[in-house]
Amino acid sequence: MTAETHTGAIPVLSILIFAPLAAAAIAVALRSDRALRWWALLFTLANAAFSLPLYSRFDVSTAAFQFVERHPWIPALKIEYSLGVDGISLLLVLLTTLVMPICVLASWRYIKTRVKEFMVCLLIMESAMIGVFCALDAILFFVFWESMLIPMSVMIGVWGGPRKIYAAIKFFVYTMSGSIFLLVALIALRLQTGSFDIPGMMGRGYPVGFQCWIFLAMAISFAIKVPMVPFHTWLPAAHVEAPTAGSVLLASILLKMGGYGFLRFCLPMAPNATAIFMPWVAGISVAAIVYGGFAALAQSDLKKLVAYSSVGHMGFVTLGIFTLTRSGIEGAMLQMINHGVTTGALFVAVGMLYERLHTRELGAAAGIGKHMPAFITCFGVFALSSLAFPGTNSFIGEFLVLKGSFEYSRWLTLLAVPGVVASAAYNLRMLQRVAWGGTSNPGHDGLRDIDLREVCALAPLVIFVFWIGLNPEPFMRVLHASVDQLIQQAGQGLVPRP
Amino acid sequence: MGTPEDIRLLIAVLAPLVGAGLVMAAGKRHNLREACSFVAALVLFLATASLVPDVRSGAIPRLTLFHLLPGLNIALRADPLAMIFAVSASFLWVVTVFYSAGYMRGLNEHAQTRFNTCFALTLFGAVGCAFAANLLTLYLFYEVVSICTYPLVAHHQDEEGYSSGRKYLVYLTGTAKGLILPAMVLVYVLSGTLDFAPGIRTGILPPDVHRGIVTALYACCILGFAKNAVMPLHNWLPSAMVAPTPVSALLHAVAVVKVGVFSTVRVMLYVFGVDRMAALNLGLPTAYFVSFTIVVASIIALSKDDLKARLAYSTVSQLSYIILGVALLTPAGIEGGLVHIANHAFSKITLFFCAGAIYVATHKKKISEMSGLGRSMPFTFGAFAVASLSMIGAPPVAGFVSKWYLLNGAWDAGSVGIIVVLLTSTLLNTAYFAPIVYHGFFGKAPAADDGHAYSEAHPSMVVPLVITAVISVAIGIYPDFFMRFAQAVLP
Repeated sequence: MTAETHTGAIPVLSILIFAPLAAAAIAVALRSDRALRWWALLFTLANAAFSLPLYSRFDVSTAAFQFVERHPWIPALKIEYSLGVDGISLLLVLLTTLVMPICVLASWRYIKTRVKEFMVCLLIMESAMIGVFCALDAILFFVFWESMLIPMSVMIGVWGGPRKIYAAIKFFVYTMSGSIFLLVALIALRLQTGSFDIPGMMGRGYPVGFQCWIFLAMAISFAIKVPMVPFHTWLPAAHVEAPTAGSVLLASILLKMGGYGFLRFCLPMAPNATAIFMPWVAGISVAAIVYGGFAALAQSDLKKLVAYSSVGHMGFVTLGIFTLTRSGIEGAMLQMINHGVTTGALFVAVGMLYERLHTRELGAAAGIGKHMPAFITCFGVFALSSLAFPGTNSFIGEFLVLKGSFEYSRWLTLLAVPGVVASAAYNLRMLQRVAWGGTSNPGHDGLRDIDLREVCALAPLVIFVFWIGLNPEPFMRVLHASVDQLIQQAGQGLVPRP
Repeated sequence: MGTPEDIRLLIAVLAPLVGAGLVMAAGKRHNLREACSFVAALVLFLATASLVPDVRSGAIPRLTLFHLLPGLNIALRADPLAMIFAVSASFLWVVTVFYSAGYMRGLNEHAQTRFNTCFALTLFGAVGCAFAANLLTLYLFYEVVSICTYPLVAHHQDEEGYSSGRKYLVYLTGTAKGLILPAMVLVYVLSGTLDFAPGIRTGILPPDVHRGIVTALYACCILGFAKNAVMPLHNWLPSAMVAPTPVSALLHAVAVVKVGVFSTVRVMLYVFGVDRMAALNLGLPTAYFVSFTIVVASIIALSKDDLKARLAYSTVSQLSYIILGVALLTPAGIEGGLVHIANHAFSKITLFFCAGAIYVATHKKKISEMSGLGRSMPFTFGAFAVASLSMIGAPPVAGFVSKWYLLNGAWDAGSVGIIVVLLTSTLLNTAYFAPIVYHGFFGKAPAADDGHAYSEAHPSMVVPLVITAVISVAIGIYPDFFMRFAQAVLP
């Protein structure tokens, strides 16, 4: 283990995590909806601004955890309150704080009833999501992991669409049943190592049989979260029914926790098992890429289309991770950020259409570009980003994953190519129809183009699409050291044990 | 190699992009909008022309725009091969701006702003392809061209337009994503860079790569740049002819298809390299492969009565000349193929301009109805005759130069088969062009035309087509301008 660098006088991560809870408490006291919206917006913006020094003060030369805080929590069980970030979690924390204000903006008019409860849910979510990425203690991690479930299910179940209860329960049951396996694995690890310290669990050289069991237990939990085929069926239901902000949080952050879990737990803790299961997971990932692509091609509901595209995109993430190559894992990390930006943006855009048309049918949205030129420009950028157009963010991620994957297995990569082509097909189909589709919809005449609030919600995402696409180095540089160490840890599984 | 960054490249690439923005902003103010297009075209042409003396003197202006990953940049360079394409495309855009203004207004077409915007964006892609310094940049701009031409192909927004547009996108983006992208990633994995080689001999692939992989990559590149319209992936081109004629003219005779051929040639010479292709014996099989396209497309052209369809198949056939020339791997063959990029551009755009002028003046599309029209439209049919001679390869028009070098190249390569293909295709070219010209001037006007007094189209259309016809003759008599670039490509 490399030395950890501790935080200075200010416990940055604790503040990032618990400030949203305090803000939620204040929100409870607020009365008018207007004040609630502004309070949530200003607070999330402030939290985002507060998170930026994490990047500027981050030391890219080390793989060690930084900004670490350690305090005893339940000494009897050796459970600690410990937080820290490394290159792998840093970008995800920043993505979370970036996405939150956009979620608030996207709910501005969309949420008309029980605004207070909604904003409180959003703020609790922020707290839990940042907590998951920062936790260095397995139990602390699990607490945050589980505490996301309730507000998310509530968001779907209360403010969702017609089948909201079904979707909320499906989401809850799937994720919950995955979590149980995760808890079992964490307890098993505790029995082996004597503590719940996550860095302490890495690279311990457990017996291969034990590794296989904990790998499988954790992998099921993370695979549900990603979601990997065949555990993906909760996702379209949840996405379609959830309110815009819920879909954005699901797509941008919650799915990332699956990928993060693989990187933080499976690879470094069970390197031998990783080596054993690598071909299988990579194969399933390729299947997800192809399946997600073609399933998206068949959808006429815009949200379902984007939801299935997520399955394909997240397939790239898991494919990249399980090539165990530097470019594969860095590509997967970047692809997680990209997916958060692009798919989040697409959900925001679809939400804007829904606010105007009260339907998400592709046919009803056809030809809207003529009436909403500013909207369609942004939408076009996101659709092109989603198909990994060169010069946009996803291209870099996809390119790196494919590079890593070619280094791992040429034939497997070739099998993924139809999925890549399908992603071009469904995105262009969607863009073509929405921009200037075949039918003329008479109801479109009175539509207003996006206003300043909506531009503010989309503009930062447009900037990130091109920023990552044309100059990825600022995002890549924080990854290098941590990914190198991860490959070194996980690579131990590839060499035969003495 | 050590040349400083050259800002003119950026001006050339940005001119059409900025122009597109201005056109969109100008909106329905027609004159202002056309003026924006014209200024953008002029800036692009002047920026490109100003590079000519430098490239002539052996310099290779370069510009790196973005560093993405190690060995992976978005960068531009103006080498002789780029200049052949960039000069002809940028010059012809200037001419086409006038022509399309006349055509679109003459027919009162809808959505002219969108049309002009997408037109400028397509040129942005085409110029970017010309100046691309590596495979990634080439791919980027290649995709820009695919996306931006879709609204042009489906311009009429009817069932035919949409189905052609769909076919267009499926063929072009499908092959680019399905074949070029994996090939590109694999090249990057194998060689650690995507920058084109400095010369045409070596390529960039390391010498120890297995020949099976190189051959597979090569096949991906020949088929993947489907804009080159090599059979069996040619079918999008005749379908795309539903677009308005200026689109067919500039895009489907010059910009889009040339982007395809140019990319193919660029990759053959600067990624694989002549030596590698010769060592793996890839040259002649490629030449024979595209020979099939040359002959079959000509035969199909014979059967088409729609003028634009005939021209489309003629384009399919002529494009493969370029690939054939390069695939011969002999100096004369490569020169002939490369110079045909420019020669074919000037002549084919003349033919399409004529087809559009005939349609605007008479609303006729069928060749069989055009008998006797030459007498009322002498300039148009005169220009058509000149350009036809170029397609056939008769001296002193431009096409002769290409064909002369191609034949020489085939002779040097010692391939009687290719010589036979070239001669056969010349006969076929004559068979499908000569009757149009002959009946135009000497045929009897159809009975339905009695009482119609047709005249030339608006001068804004006739002047451009006369200019391009004159240039076709000029570069036939003085082939030096483009030929020197083609020669400079050789080591």
